Amino acid sequence: MGDAPITHRASRIKGFYTLFHKEWARFWKVSVQTVLAPVLTALLFLLVFSYSLRDHVVVFPGVSYTVFLVPGLAMMSVLQNAFANSSSSLMQSKMTGNIIFVLLPPFSHHEFFLAYLLAAMGRGLVVGVGVLLATVWFADLRFEHPLWVVAFALAGSGVMGALGVIAGLYSDKVDELAAFQNFIILPLTFLSGVFYSIHSLPPFWQKLSLANPFLYMVDGFRYGFFGASDVSPWLSLAIVGASFFALSFLTLWLIRIGYKLRH
Amino acid sequence: MVPAIQVEQVSKHYGALQALAEVSLEIAPGEFFGLLGPNGAGKTTLISILAGLAIASRGSARVMGFDVVGQYREARRSLVVVPQELVFDPFFTVRESLTFQSGYFGIRDNRAWIDEVMHHLDLTEKAETNMRALSGGMKRRVLVAQALVHKPPVIVLDEPTAGVDVELRQALWRFIRRLNRDGHTIVLTTRYLEEAEALCGRIAMLKQGRIVALDTTRNLLHMHSGCYVELRLDPDRLPATLSPLVAQRHEAGYRLALRDYSEVERVVAELRAAHIEIQEMEVMQPDLEEIFVQIMVRDV
Repeated sequence: MGDAPITHRASRIKGFYTLFHKEWARFWKVSVQTVLAPVLTALLFLLVFSYSLRDHVVVFPGVSYTVFLVPGLAMMSVLQNAFANSSSSLMQSKMTGNIIFVLLPPFSHHEFFLAYLLAAMGRGLVVGVGVLLATVWFADLRFEHPLWVVAFALAGSGVMGALGVIAGLYSDKVDELAAFQNFIILPLTFLSGVFYSIHSLPPFWQKLSLANPFLYMVDGFRYGFFGASDVSPWLSLAIVGASFFALSFLTLWLIRIGYKLRH
Repeated sequence: MVPAIQVEQVSKHYGALQALAEVSLEIAPGEFFGLLGPNGAGKTTLISILAGLAIASRGSARVMGFDVVGQYREARRSLVVVPQELVFDPFFTVRESLTFQSGYFGIRDNRAWIDEVMHHLDLTEKAETNMRALSGGMKRRVLVAQALVHKPPVIVLDEPTAGVDVELRQALWRFIRRLNRDGHTIVLTTRYLEEAEALCGRIAMLKQGRIVALDTTRNLLHMHSGCYVELRLDPDRLPATLSPLVAQRHEAGYRLALRDYSEVERVVAELRAAHIEIQEMEVMQPDLEEIFVQIMVRDV
């Protein structure tokens, strides 16, 4: 009965890979909406902000405002798209009922989480690379510390992928997820130093900005390009890494207890 | 032999609502088993507990000997549910949907079986069509195909023929019968009781979360030794002595409910004595639907 899998381990790897592949294929099927559109949005931000603010905003010494903007916009796109992928996929599956297709198979909570997380990170990184490639014509970008770029891209997309899973589990309707996106994700990413260095802010706003966890993702990522940042990259990495582990444990626990999945 | 399904004292509460109350049930491997009951009786809750979609408040459930909570991997690999709702993933084609579903269960190259399932459910021509472009009936076929791609030993069909055309219904039952002959255990919930009567070897009837009848279909059909007599009379009236037997009065005549076949002779004798001519007469056994209704109106 049934083509017996070679081993349980191989069967589990195949199952996990298939779920990841399905999530990966899902966003590529609508790549105009999920990849091309956010790249175009970032490009528009770059054009509008660089032309209107390049003579007014002081950033790092020796770094033009246009060049300063590019890594920030790339990271903002990584974060927003990683979140959008896992959150919308889960919420839509719950709403349409096709979540049953991934609840019936024998996935552990680790496999379930990892498949959604990696696909979310994948989309975030694809869009981030897309933004960098699209903006290469407008800014002469340096890569002072490429490993920091990679580390923050992975950690940031991981945080947002995990947060997206939580939002997707929590949301039963489009407006619940939209509220999450519009009142939490969007303001925090916009106010994370994408468009400015926090040193250009008055002291009160500087301190307040430090309470925004997204700041450390953007600032650390930018350090990889310029070798300069508002906060120490080590501190940023510690905060982003700790956020990632905390959110991952919370997400794993929610999936294990079947929060809004199994009744 | 390890039962295909073993449910012991399972209860399920949703807040104050008791969906299942200490249900115990055993289904042997290879059985074609019917789970019947009115809406809200607890059929879907019981199926959901077996499939791991819901967690029992009390009691335990096993599939092929595997506990659905403690050994969920083995239990879920052994069972599949064809859901009642018409759900689909709008991003993918029919073939992609089936390939993903097969992969979730760890099967590496399943193309031959996927092709065979599509063939049996008349889906081959639609293999590369996006799910969104399919009609309701076709989507239902894919739903059944998705459940069968990993050939689990236990197949649970939750109202699989609700709202589908006769052609699909027949194709589906041919295929399911074949799977049953090959040794798969089939658990069926359906609102078409004639389907359950024709297909199921054993039937459990649920009411308000409790099992109120559990027996072979044959025994259930003979549970009530009574029968019905349809009569068309001239003149169209009954002697007063037969009035208490009237189960239904309709345009064509009367339906009398008799305790057993021996009463037929008394009915005929009394009609003859009253000079009433029998123009048409048909003696009928109650079908599963009538037995179902009788059981459902009884107090639990």
